Amino acid sequence: MQRKTFIKGLIAAGALATLPLTAAAQDPIIIGEINHYKRMAAFAEPYKMGMELAIEETNAAGGVMGRPLEFIFRDDQGEPGEAVKIAEELMTRDGAVMLTGTILSNVGLAISSFAGEKGYVYLASEPLADSLVWAAGNPYTFRLRSSTFMQAAMLAEAAAKTNATRFATIAPNYAYGKDAVAAFKENLLKLKPEAEFVAEQWPALFKIDAGAEVQALERAKPDAIYNVTFGPDLAKFVRDGTDRGLFDGRDVYGLLSGEPEYLDPLGDEAPEGWTVTGFPWYDLEGGPDGEFVKTYQARYDDYPRLGSIVGYMTVQSIVAALEKAGSTETEAIRAAFEGLEVDSAMGPIVFREIDNQSTMGAYVGTTALQDGKGVMVDWEYKDGANYLPSDEEVRALRPAQ
Amino acid sequence: MSVILETRGLTKNFGGLVAVDDVSFALQKGELLALIGPNGAGKSTCFNMLMGQLPPTSGEVYLDGDRITGLGPRQIWRLGVGRTFQITATYASMTVVENVQMALLSHNGEIFRVLPFAHRMYRDQALALLDMVGMAAQADRHCAVLAYGDLKRMELAIALAHEPKLLLMDEPTAGMAPRERVALMELTARIVAEQGVSVLFTEHDMDVVFGHAHRIMVLNRGALIAEGNAAEIRANPLVQEVYLGGGTVFGGAETTDA
Amino acid sequence: MEFFVAQILTGLANASSLFLVACGLSLIFGVTRIVNFAHGSLYMLGAYIGLTLMEALPGHFGFWGSILLAGIAVGLIGVVIEMLVLRPVYRAPELFQLVATFGVILVIQDLALLIWGPEDQLGPRAPGLRGVFRIMGEPIPKYDIVLLIITPFIALALWWMMTRTRLGVLVRAATQDREMVGALGVNQAWLFTGVFALGSALAGLGGALQLPKGGADLLMDFTILTPVFVVVVIGGMGSLPGAYLAAIIISVLNVFGVTYIPQSTLVLMFIVMIVVLMIRPYGLFGREEVAGEHGQVGEPEEPIKPASAKVRAIVAAGLAMLALLPLYGGNFALVLTTDILIFCLFAASLHFLLGLGGMVSFGHAAYYGGGAYVAALLVTWTETPMELAFLLAPLGAGLIAIVVGWVCLRLTGVYFAMLTLAFAQLLWSLVWQWQEVTGGDDGQVNIWPADWLNDNTVYFYFALIFSVGGILTLRHLAHSPFGYALRAARDSKRQAEATGIDTRRVQLLAFTFAGFMGGLAGALFVFSKGSVFPNELEIVRSFDALIVVFLGGVKTLAGGVVGAGFFKGVEDVLTRFEYWRLVMGLLIIFVVVVAPEGIVGSLRRAWRRFGPGHSQADTATEERRT
Repeated sequence: MQRKTFIKGLIAAGALATLPLTAAAQDPIIIGEINHYKRMAAFAEPYKMGMELAIEETNAAGGVMGRPLEFIFRDDQGEPGEAVKIAEELMTRDGAVMLTGTILSNVGLAISSFAGEKGYVYLASEPLADSLVWAAGNPYTFRLRSSTFMQAAMLAEAAAKTNATRFATIAPNYAYGKDAVAAFKENLLKLKPEAEFVAEQWPALFKIDAGAEVQALERAKPDAIYNVTFGPDLAKFVRDGTDRGLFDGRDVYGLLSGEPEYLDPLGDEAPEGWTVTGFPWYDLEGGPDGEFVKTYQARYDDYPRLGSIVGYMTVQSIVAALEKAGSTETEAIRAAFEGLEVDSAMGPIVFREIDNQSTMGAYVGTTALQDGKGVMVDWEYKDGANYLPSDEEVRALRPAQ
Repeated sequence: MSVILETRGLTKNFGGLVAVDDVSFALQKGELLALIGPNGAGKSTCFNMLMGQLPPTSGEVYLDGDRITGLGPRQIWRLGVGRTFQITATYASMTVVENVQMALLSHNGEIFRVLPFAHRMYRDQALALLDMVGMAAQADRHCAVLAYGDLKRMELAIALAHEPKLLLMDEPTAGMAPRERVALMELTARIVAEQGVSVLFTEHDMDVVFGHAHRIMVLNRGALIAEGNAAEIRANPLVQEVYLGGGTVFGGAETTDA
Repeated sequence: MEFFVAQILTGLANASSLFLVACGLSLIFGVTRIVNFAHGSLYMLGAYIGLTLMEALPGHFGFWGSILLAGIAVGLIGVVIEMLVLRPVYRAPELFQLVATFGVILVIQDLALLIWGPEDQLGPRAPGLRGVFRIMGEPIPKYDIVLLIITPFIALALWWMMTRTRLGVLVRAATQDREMVGALGVNQAWLFTGVFALGSALAGLGGALQLPKGGADLLMDFTILTPVFVVVVIGGMGSLPGAYLAAIIISVLNVFGVTYIPQSTLVLMFIVMIVVLMIRPYGLFGREEVAGEHGQVGEPEEPIKPASAKVRAIVAAGLAMLALLPLYGGNFALVLTTDILIFCLFAASLHFLLGLGGMVSFGHAAYYGGGAYVAALLVTWTETPMELAFLLAPLGAGLIAIVVGWVCLRLTGVYFAMLTLAFAQLLWSLVWQWQEVTGGDDGQVNIWPADWLNDNTVYFYFALIFSVGGILTLRHLAHSPFGYALRAARDSKRQAEATGIDTRRVQLLAFTFAGFMGGLAGALFVFSKGSVFPNELEIVRSFDALIVVFLGGVKTLAGGVVGAGFFKGVEDVLTRFEYWRLVMGLLIIFVVVVAPEGIVGSLRRAWRRFGPGHSQADTATEERRT
C-alpha cells in the first residue's frame, strides 16, 4: 500500500513532465481540482481514486461532447490563500473550464468567494460548512455533499423518536463543531420542544483531553449524547468514554462517525449502538451505489470510503452539467448546474435552483461490531431533499443578488 | 575651585550586607580624583549609584549643587556626566566613527528622526573627537576588529561626545597592556587639563593612580578610610594595612613615579 | 470530593507524556541552546515506531519492551539528526538552528506518510490494563493509574542522573556555562550529541507511552508542539523540576477548565503562560539569561552603508523589469508575483525586528493576520470603503503590536520569543472562537478591492507600489538615526542607556512599526485573495516568515526579501510534486548546512573570497552596501 503510494507519486511527477498523457484527437476538457492531498491524505486519496475511476469510465465511453475529460489535481497544502492562487492558475493558465474540490470548509469558502468574484464555476465537492451555499453563497458556487445542517437534521430526527430529554453535546471548538451543534439543537427542538441541553463540551480540535471531557459529560448525567468530534479526537473520546462507562445505557448520536474514514481506525474498539451518519459500503448491493462499490473494488483492490463515492459523484455531476450545457463556456455551465438532475451513484440528485445545494443524502444507521470491525447496521439512505430548511428560510439566509 | 560632584552619606545595603557605608566626598572642578580599594571594597557599587544604575539606600548625590539622587542613567548623562565601562560596551556592528556619532545623535535629541542618513550626521564632530583620542586614522574601521586598547580610546571619545563636565571612568585601564595604560591615562590627564573636565575614576593599577591622580580616596569594606595626595596615601598606615603591608604595591609605584 | 479527586488523577495521568516530551526539549535547550521545533516530530516517530513494534511483539513484555525500544530508536534518530543537521551549524547565529529543525519536521512528515500511510492508527491497549479501577467510586482507567505512578519514577531517575552521575554534572555545568565544559576537557560535540539523543529518546518514549490513550496520526507533531513549549517556558527553559511541575499545572488546570469553562480549551494554557511570565519572567525555575545570549551573538554584523550608485542602478533596473511584467508575463505570473511581493513585505517587516532590533518574534503572524482581519472586519461590519479599510489595517496591526510589545519587552531572548508566540496564539484563539464576529474558521469572505482595483494587473501595481515602498521604507529606516539607535540598543544596551538612548522606547517603536508593516502586508493579502481565515494568524505563518528571514540572512539588509522571494518561488514549483515536503525540507537543511550565514550572507562571503579583482579590504567596503 505504501509502496504503491510512492510509485504513484513518481508516476504523478512523471506525468506532470509529459503532459498531456491523454493525448486524444480532440483537445481535452480540463477541470481544475484543488485539494489537500498532503494535509488530509487519508481523506483525499480515496476521493481522488473515486474521481479517477469516473474519469476513466467517462473517457472510455467517448468523453464529454466527444472530447476527453481531463482533471488537473493540485495540492493547496490546506491553505486558503494557496488555493486561491492555484485556482487562478488553473483557470487562466491551464485552461480549466471550471473548478472543483476541497475537503476543508475554509478552503472551500475561499475558492467560493474567489469564484463568485471572478465568475468561475466552482463545484464544492466535500466541504460541509452551511454558509458555503447560504450566508456566503453566490451564483457560481455549487455544493454536492449533504451539509452539516442536513446530516445534523437526520440525527435530530432519530433522536426525537426516543424518550431521551436530557442531551449533552461534545464538538470541536470551531466553526464546524458549532454549526453542527446549532443545527442539531434547532432541529431537535422543533421536533421535541421539551428536550433540554444539560452540557456542552468544546474540546480544542485534535487536542481533546478525553478523560476530562468524559468526566464532565458524566457529571451532567445526560440521557443522550451528541458527538461531533472526529479523527484522533474521536478515537480518544471513544476509548476513554467506553472505559469509564459513559456510553452505558445512553443513546449516542455521532455526526459522520459511521464514515469508514472515521470508523475504521477505531478497529475493534468502535462504539456499538451509536446512531450515526456514514457509508455502509459493505452492505450495498444492487442499485447504483452497489454498482459503484463493485466497480471500485474491482478497479483498486481496495474498498471505497465515503470520499471515494463523493469523488465519483463529483465527476458524474460535472459530466452531467457539461452535457446539459453543451458548451464549456462558464455561463453555460453555471446555468446548466442550476436545477441539474444527476443519476448519481447514490441515486437521483438535484442541484437546487434556490441555493445551489445538491440533494445528495446520507446513510443513517446504528453502529455494531462485526469481525472485529465497526460497521453500520439497520441503516437507511435518507434523501437530502427532506432535511433542508423551508424555501423562505433559505431565501432569507442567502445574500441578496 | 568649586565643587562639581558631591556625595553626602551615600549608603547601599544589599539585604543585610552594607556594600557602601556612609560615603561622603567632594570632587572639585578640573580635578582628577581616584577611588581605590581592594576587591569587594564597594567601588563598583559606589559608581553605579553615581551613574543612576542603582538607587542608594540612603544619602544624596549632588551634581553642580543640584540633587541628582534617584535619577536614571539617561537623565544623569543628559546633565553632563559621561562614563566609560570596566568592560567596554560598544556597538559592534558599527564603524568607529559611527559609534561616536551615535552619542552625538543622542545628545542632539535626533535619535527618533527617520529621514536623514545617520552616517552623514555629526561626522565632522565625531572625527574631531576621535582625533582628540588619537583614533582618527581608524575612523572608518569596523569597531569589532579593533584592539582592546583602541576600543577603550573609542569609548573615551564616546564619553566626551556631549562635552561632559564630569567623567566617571570605571577601571579605565583594565585589560590593557602596561604601556597602553600609561598612554591612556596621559591622554585622560591631557583632556582634563585642556577641556576642564573633572574625572572620577576607579583603578586597580597603582602606577596609574599614583602617576596621574590629583587626589586619591581609599575605600575599604564600603567605607572611606583615607583621602589625600599620593604621598599622603602612601604614608597612611591604615591604607598600608588594607593593602597587606602594601610594601610591594607602593614600591613598584615609586619606581615608575620617579 | 470524589469527583475532585478523580479530576486530579486524570490531570496527573495526562501530565505524563507532556512531561516526558517537555523535559527532553528543555534538556536539549539547556545544553545546546537549540530551540528544537522538530521535537514534536520525534514524539510522533516514537508513537509510530512503538505501534509497529507492538504489532510485532506480543504480551506484557512485548508491550513494555516496545515502548522502551521506541525510545531508544528515536534516540538513535536524534543522534543522526544532531550529527548530520545540527552539528555543522552550531557556530551559526543563534536560533539559526531552529530553521534546520524546521527542515527536519518537513522531512519526517513525508517519511512518516511514506512508511505508515495516511490513516490514523489507534494505539493498542496495554495488556491486562483494559478497563477501570474504582477510586472512591469514580472510574479511572487502569492505564491512567499506571501512568501516574510511572512518571514520578522516570522523573526521579532523570533527577538522579542529573545530580549523581558524571554525565549529569556535565550537563548541568553546560547548562550554566558552556565554556566551562570545554575547560573541563570534555568533548563538547559528543556531549551535545549525547544530550540531543537523550532528549529525543524522551520524546520518543512520550510518544510510545501515550499510545494506549490515543494512537498515532500525521498531525500529532504540531499538535503536541505548542503545549510542550508552553510547559517548558512556564517551568523555565533547561529546568527538569520546572518541566515536571509545569506539566502537572497545565494538565490539572486543563481538566478543571474543561469541566467548569468548557469554552476555555484553546486559551487557558496561554493565559497561564502569560501570567507566569509576567510574575516570573524566566519561568518557575528558570535562570535569568545572560544578556545578549540570543539574537546577535556570534560574529558581529558588519557595518551598513546606503546602497552605492551601482547597486541602486541594478535595483532600479530590476524594479523596472518587474513593473513591465504585465507586458510579457501572463495573468498567472501577475498573481504569483503579487503573492511573492506581499510575502516579501511581510518577511521584511519581521527582518527589521529580528535583524536590526535583535528581537526574535515567534508570533509575527499576529500582525499580518491581524491587519488582514482588521480590514476584513471593517468591510464586513461597517461597510467601510476598501481604500479606507486598507489604510486602517496597518494602523490596527500597529495598535496590536504596541500592546503586545509593551508587555513582551520586559523579557529578552527565548522568553521574549515565547511570549510573542503566546500573544499570537491568544489572538488566533480569539478569532477562531468568536464566531459571531469573526466567522471563526469559516473566516471572512467576499472582501474584494474597490472596482478600480479589481483587476489582476491593476492590483499587481497596487501591491508593487505598497510592497516595494514598504520594503524601501524599512530599508531606509535602517540608515536613519532611528535605525542606528535600534542597532545601538541591540548591540549594547548598557552603552546606549548610558548615552541617553531610551532603549525600551526605541524597541517598542520598532516593534510597533514592524507590526504596522506586517499589517500592511496582511491588508494587501486579504484584498488579493478576497477572503481571510484564522490560519493567517497561526504559528505556521509566523514560522514561514522566520524561516525565510534566517535562510536569507539575518545579518544582512537584503536577507529577508531575498529569502522570501527565493522560497516563495521554489515553493510554487515544488508543491506541484507529490513528495514536495520532503524535497523542501532537504532543501532547507541543505541551505542551512552550506550557507550558515543565509543566502545573502554566504554569497557575500563567497564574493569577497573569490570575487574578481578585489583585495580583502576593498570588498569589505564595497560589499556591505548590497
